[in-house]
Amino acid sequence: MPIKILSSAFDPWQETRQHQQDHMEDGKYGATASFVGSMRDFNQGDDISHMTLEHYPGMTESYLEKICDEAKQRWALLDCLIVHRVGDVYPNDPIVLTVVWSAHRKEAFEACRYLMEELKSRAPFWKKEGLQDKNGDGARWVDKNTPG
Amino acid sequence: MSITVKFFARLREQVGKAELNLESADDVMSAWNQATDNMPMPDNTLCAINMEYTSPDAALNDGDEVAFFPPVTGG
Repeated sequence: MPIKILSSAFDPWQETRQHQQDHMEDGKYGATASFVGSMRDFNQGDDISHMTLEHYPGMTESYLEKICDEAKQRWALLDCLIVHRVGDVYPNDPIVLTVVWSAHRKEAFEACRYLMEELKSRAPFWKKEGLQDKNGDGARWVDKNTPG
Repeated sequence: MSITVKFFARLREQVGKAELNLESADDVMSAWNQATDNMPMPDNTLCAINMEYTSPDAALNDGDEVAFFPPVTGG
């Protein structure tokens, strides 16, 4: 299964290496493109102490699978991997990993971007930011993603 | 007939519940009105039936799960 939703911290490089060892045939792929999204400690001018990520169990996995399937139909890909965090995340924690393996670089670059942009606009995840300010700790929902 | 209604993220907090069951509802908007005591639906609300995006005027069938949530912000 090329989709993982994890409730604890993960190492994107270990996930990539493991998927490659378990699912990829040596010598068949000439391009591996990956994107890692990590948590910033700032947003809209405020200091952010942590975030809580929520998802819709079942629908989220289904949409991530759809997005992988669409990418495989659109480009000649050997495989895709999407890993996404839920629960509490802290600055510098990886939030999302998308990886694409293909024979050539064009497909890998384009499909990796596609996975991320489609995930951001369609996969049901929501972020709530914990704020660190002079008035004490507060929290706010993120209303929309920043444009890519 | 039974319809399951779910709310996520900010909408769950605004409505004050995560999940409830309705005896019946003709369409998505009717499920919203019953589940929220006719609270106005925020403009950017997204709807799903059985985990597929849909529109507020979509019809519901017995056993459907309908969900309401704000714009998604993953990644």
